[in-house]
Amino acid sequence: MTRIGVLALQGAFREHLDTLAAIGVEGVPVRLPEDLENLDGLILPGGESTTMRRLIDRWGLREPILRLARRGAPLFGTCAGMIVLAREIAGGEAPVLPLLDVTVERNAFGRQLDSFEAELAVPVLGNAPVHAVFIRAPIIERSGPEVDVLAKLDDGRIVAVRQGNVIATSFHPELAGETRFHRLVATMAAEHAEPGEGSGRRPHPTRRSRA
Amino acid sequence: MTVETSTWATKKGLAQMLKGGVIMDVVTPEQARVAEDAGAVAVMALERVPADIRAAGGVARMSDPSMIEGIMAAVTIPVMAKARIGHFVEAQILEALGVDYIDESEVLTPADETNHIDKHAFKVPFVCGCRNLGEALRRINEGAAMMRTKGEAGTGNIVEAVRQLRDVLSQIRRLQSMREDELFVAAKELQAPYDVVKQVAEDGRLPVVNFVAGGISTPADAALVMQLGAEGVFVGSGIFKAEDPARTANAIVQATTHFDNPRILAEVSKGLGAPMRGIAMEAIPPQERLAVRGW
Repeated sequence: MTRIGVLALQGAFREHLDTLAAIGVEGVPVRLPEDLENLDGLILPGGESTTMRRLIDRWGLREPILRLARRGAPLFGTCAGMIVLAREIAGGEAPVLPLLDVTVERNAFGRQLDSFEAELAVPVLGNAPVHAVFIRAPIIERSGPEVDVLAKLDDGRIVAVRQGNVIATSFHPELAGETRFHRLVATMAAEHAEPGEGSGRRPHPTRRSRA
Repeated sequence: MTVETSTWATKKGLAQMLKGGVIMDVVTPEQARVAEDAGAVAVMALERVPADIRAAGGVARMSDPSMIEGIMAAVTIPVMAKARIGHFVEAQILEALGVDYIDESEVLTPADETNHIDKHAFKVPFVCGCRNLGEALRRINEGAAMMRTKGEAGTGNIVEAVRQLRDVLSQIRRLQSMREDELFVAAKELQAPYDVVKQVAEDGRLPVVNFVAGGISTPADAALVMQLGAEGVFVGSGIFKAEDPARTANAIVQATTHFDNPRILAEVSKGLGAPMRGIAMEAIPPQERLAVRGW
């Protein structure tokens, strides 16, 4: 069975674990490097990116998360999680896990009074719009050539991207009962764990289960 | 695209982003930076920490707006500020400053002995104190988007915080065990609206995030309330009244994340210097207790 970790240092990690449970995927809270063992994917939740940065460094999570990403397991960051995954942070803060070739601007809409909800078109998830909750949200100022833009606001600002096995959103699908991002991540995680379709000839069925 | 600002989801949502974190009282921009560097998820900007308010006596009011603005300019994490219970004009002023959250707080001297602020009337979200489930649900009904148990501020003594948190959570567990017809009586007894009571009985938790405040002064205190079921902690006097504020702050942040890992709690508790001195509850005359403010 697919197991997806949720970085549980601080922030809205329970909401992500609940969303995974709602789609029948096992979620595992991750606080220490050993929690990352045998995971097929990792979600980086919303919270305070300055706090997460310190906790990631304090407990030596940077290298093992980068290794997980290099192995091809999907990573999904929401809000603060997107900041943590960015190669560049406007204003000169050092990156944490520079996996996405983007520049993010923190608190790009202003303070809490500027937090908002909107119906957002995300074509890769189908026709129904995503109900997106933006809380002191970041945006993507610049995205590199290998980055697919998944969603933009009406004014053209980028709020959701994918680069290979890494997905990030400025907003919080986990606060709005939106499960499609998690389903996408779970599908990617399952493909990573057990390449099936498209991977050519399958092994004998009784030898497929992994230790 | 229709865009709606300051909705219930965004108000309550900011508190959800603070979960598992530590919100620290600060009185200067320098302290705010110490808090941010230590890993605080937000700061509470005020003129005096509760221990000093308690010592000074007199009337405690909203802080000087220029001092709050100084702190807002010093850090990138959310900034909260306190208004007196029922003082909706102080709240209007704080909203005009653009603070991220208002604490309608018993630490300040109440301005209204009957009514709390109508928090639905504001775009900025509110956090309120409670001692029990009924009080929490009344505040939520008034529009509070986050709760905290009050503890007893400025004492460095965790005993009231533990009592109140256990009270709230055991009352929730009791609701969960009730038949639907018994919930009507429960709502009457809690002096809280039936709809909210029913929702709590179904979900097994408050409809908003619940932190603990009032008395946390060591990493072990923070981990204790987290193990009991708090979703995060406020630390007031406990940090800047400690011998080494930066180390104490950092240790409490680590303890709030790794609250269920005694090995890490032991490690982060080492060599922090003296915590704030603290006050035994028996030493505080009933009329000087802050938690009884609010109704």
